[in-house]
Amino acid sequence: MNGAPSIVVEQLLKRFESFTAVNQVSFQVRSGEIFGLLGPNGSGKSTIIRMLCGLLTPSSGAATVVGFDVARQAEEVRKHIGYMSQKFSLYNDLTALENLQFFAGLYGVKGSALNERIAWALKMAGLAGSERSLTGELSGGWKQRLALGSAVLHRPQVLFLDEPTAGVDPLSRGQFWELIHQMAREGVTILVTTHYMDEAEYCNRLALINQGLIVAMGTPTKIKQLAINGAILLVECNPLGRALAVVKQAPGVIDASVFGAALHVAVDAARLPLPELPAFLASHEVRVDRIELISPSLEDAFVSLTGDRTFSDEAAE
Amino acid sequence: MSRKEFIQIRRDRRSLAIVLFLPLIQILLLGYGARLDAKHIPVYVLDQEGSQHSQALLKAFQASPYFNVVKAVENYGSLVRAIDSDRCKLGIVIPWNFSQRLDDSGRATVQALVDGTDDNSAQLAEGYAEAVVATYTGGVQLEWFARQGLPQQAISPMSIDNRTWFNEDLESKNFIIPGTVALVMALMGALLSSLTIAREWERGTMEQLIATPVTALEIMVGKLVPYLLISLLDAALCAVFAVAWFEVPFRGGLGTFFFTTALFLIVILGIGYMISVATKSQLGASQYALLVTLLPTTMLSGFAFPIHQQPAFIRALSYLVYSRYYVSALKRIFLDGAAINQLVPQIAAMTIYALVVGFFATRAFRKSLQ
Amino acid sequence: MSDEIVAVSGLTKRFASVVAVDDLNFNARKGEILGLVGPDGAGKTTTLRILAGILPADMGSVLVAGQDVLREPEAVKSRISYMPQQFGLYEDLTVTENIRFYADIFEVSRTVRQQREAQLLEASGMSRFRDRLAGQLSGGMKRKLGIACALIHTPQLLLLDEPTTGVDPVSRRELWSILYSLVFEGVTVLVSTAYLDEAERCQRLLLMHQGRSLFFGTPTDLKSTLCGGVLSIGSSNPQALQMATAGEQGILRATAMGDGLHIVVDDPDRRLVELRERFDRTGIPFGDIRRIPASVEDVFVYVISQQAQEAREQ
Repeated sequence: MNGAPSIVVEQLLKRFESFTAVNQVSFQVRSGEIFGLLGPNGSGKSTIIRMLCGLLTPSSGAATVVGFDVARQAEEVRKHIGYMSQKFSLYNDLTALENLQFFAGLYGVKGSALNERIAWALKMAGLAGSERSLTGELSGGWKQRLALGSAVLHRPQVLFLDEPTAGVDPLSRGQFWELIHQMAREGVTILVTTHYMDEAEYCNRLALINQGLIVAMGTPTKIKQLAINGAILLVECNPLGRALAVVKQAPGVIDASVFGAALHVAVDAARLPLPELPAFLASHEVRVDRIELISPSLEDAFVSLTGDRTFSDEAAE
Repeated sequence: MSRKEFIQIRRDRRSLAIVLFLPLIQILLLGYGARLDAKHIPVYVLDQEGSQHSQALLKAFQASPYFNVVKAVENYGSLVRAIDSDRCKLGIVIPWNFSQRLDDSGRATVQALVDGTDDNSAQLAEGYAEAVVATYTGGVQLEWFARQGLPQQAISPMSIDNRTWFNEDLESKNFIIPGTVALVMALMGALLSSLTIAREWERGTMEQLIATPVTALEIMVGKLVPYLLISLLDAALCAVFAVAWFEVPFRGGLGTFFFTTALFLIVILGIGYMISVATKSQLGASQYALLVTLLPTTMLSGFAFPIHQQPAFIRALSYLVYSRYYVSALKRIFLDGAAINQLVPQIAAMTIYALVVGFFATRAFRKSLQ
Repeated sequence: MSDEIVAVSGLTKRFASVVAVDDLNFNARKGEILGLVGPDGAGKTTTLRILAGILPADMGSVLVAGQDVLREPEAVKSRISYMPQQFGLYEDLTVTENIRFYADIFEVSRTVRQQREAQLLEASGMSRFRDRLAGQLSGGMKRKLGIACALIHTPQLLLLDEPTTGVDPVSRRELWSILYSLVFEGVTVLVSTAYLDEAERCQRLLLMHQGRSLFFGTPTDLKSTLCGGVLSIGSSNPQALQMATAGEQGILRATAMGDGLHIVVDDPDRRLVELRERFDRTGIPFGDIRRIPASVEDVFVYVISQQAQEAREQ
């Protein structure tokens, strides 16, 4: 990762009639960095991507992509970016080769570069030799890599990935991300939007988004640590139903939920190791088999953050 | 099941408007557009006699709403020129010995000159003229000549179309309108019912529905009953409109009307339902619905073109067309005042149809994703 | 055996040339949450549809609450509830009208319906929206309404097809706590998901891949199938570290994450020491190396690789 910021977003705001979809969002992404916008459906991340692609004009605020203003120089922006969406990019009734040729045309890749790039994309996707297969008949992993290939035929400096690996099997996902990492090494700036917590772990830095606001920003590890001013305890106990009902009243306990055969209890870190917990549960006729400290997940972080606080860790980096 | 359909229909403002207004609009358009008759046909007369009798005859023509006696001319040439220059469509020449012939033998001949270029109005003119003359005195005969830019050619009078049998005032709309009601009902019914199953598949609610204990029969009946009731309401609206606006006589009983209409609707809704089950897409369903109802009903049901005037092959085919029976029943209810016991053949045919369609419709729908 | 609500054996289903479900065997007990977990194309939806009696199978036997679903699908439908991915709601009907419709279909008596409706709406916080059109509800509320409609008649078995897809984490938790409260009441819940991490929330799970069963049992047992452990190393240059692991012994899989390296090893304690030495020598900056619990994804990949290896050796 090297110096210059490739994407700069400053107080970006988008309003649709009375509904504010994106509420004064600011962040920067350096070239060669993989940055993730993590949030549920309807949080505003798709709107942000569309503004950065020059497809929507911001209501206020500004954003530049490789130096071009997205509101006023949308055409230039689009020449320098690639956009990949797993579900929507490709035409199922075209062959792999035809899809690549189509996108090459869209991006204006011509001449000798055209054949070279198409060959490269096919090889990267592992489809060299199967280029005449119908796209609709390819399985998730292949389609994904093909979609990626078609998005970078014109060697863009910035790549937008929209929910790239939802539902795809882990092996294919791993292969996909290796390709992305390689591109990042070559200096491509990558912006990922996803609602899938697992996927967010592949990003160098994340911004958690909820209802148009950035709720936290930083590396995955930092966010997990900082989000919960506490810790998560795994409590194997019996009977679960009663345990769940009473544990929330135990001193030092912030929240609890059932996970399979145990409870995940969020507690105040300052009061760890909470020795009085087993006794408390026992007094309510709950037998405790095991208590273990576990590390919080991004989802834990998200849930605890989308209470009422917003949190930014930019300064600490 | 039915309650849900009702609520959905009520909420769907657009469909509701279509269901209520479209039939009325259609009847309006078809009723006016399909006017195959004419009024105030311009006539020139040449009275060579000028007697009381001849004047009386001419007055009869004048009194008829179908003719408009524009001018009386003095000679033959003027009459011919008037026809040629399109100032009139019909010329009546009463010979100088008109009264004498009447007194002598009780029969006289009057010449009628008609503009032969327009076949349709020529036939009409002939028909009306014959009618006028027939009511005058039994003995007057018309000798017909056609004028087609060439010297006159004698033609034989057309036999009066027996479609006038029950229409004293020769209004063709009385035939068209009942047929229109049938057409509109067929269209409405098929369109509405053909969408209902397809829509649930498209929206994804069908998958869940078939995972519940509800039976295929319950689904079919539950979905079609609201449409049956609405269509009956529609039929009533159309009938009211036909009577009030177009002044078509309605001589039959309401019970008969609703019974035959309901029977017809069962057939139509059943067909629409089967289309809906087969196509699973709303667009496809509506296209098929139009095809299966509009075409046969317009062409072959006796709606506009009298069946007995068609070639034998077409006539045989029309027996298959379900709407034929309904159109026939409707006409007889409207104009004849026919009661149920007089409509047995039509009712029997429609009942057979209803049973057949009902049988296949029940079996068409499978509670499975394959 | 008497508390076994679902018993599936040898289930196979083909669509043209594709085998969607291949020889599945599993069961579910009364008052249990069983997860069908696997990526897209694993056969989860197909399996649920067969259990719901709306899709015929090619081979095998499926018993639900003692009924043979394959032979008499209709018999079981009054005792189960199926919620497909699109929730099966009528957008132009209100919340109450939707619930009433399903209540009528399941022949729930009026008094019972009114009582349960009040209960369900209260529990999901939707009492205020009784007269709102279903089409105007937010995604999360539609989901809750879908579940309310599925529960209006107290089924023995609840089949849910990917109810948590695309849902925000807070709603996801709410959903799971609803499912658990049902389970505490004795309902059996079969839920499918493409999120591997949700496997840990189930009491037992069937891990699926391309129509086949990879594993059936508890999450704990699943994790113990991984012979080895997982190490996590924080670093600002994970890719360099990953390349440095090439050729090292005992590395089953090394994945570069956003801010570190994720390594599956055969002997965590031993390899931890070895890797620290290795990384020290390369001079690539790295943070602490810790052992972390294996994720379901780790196990998934492990199992698949094992199977692939066994296939090669044969």
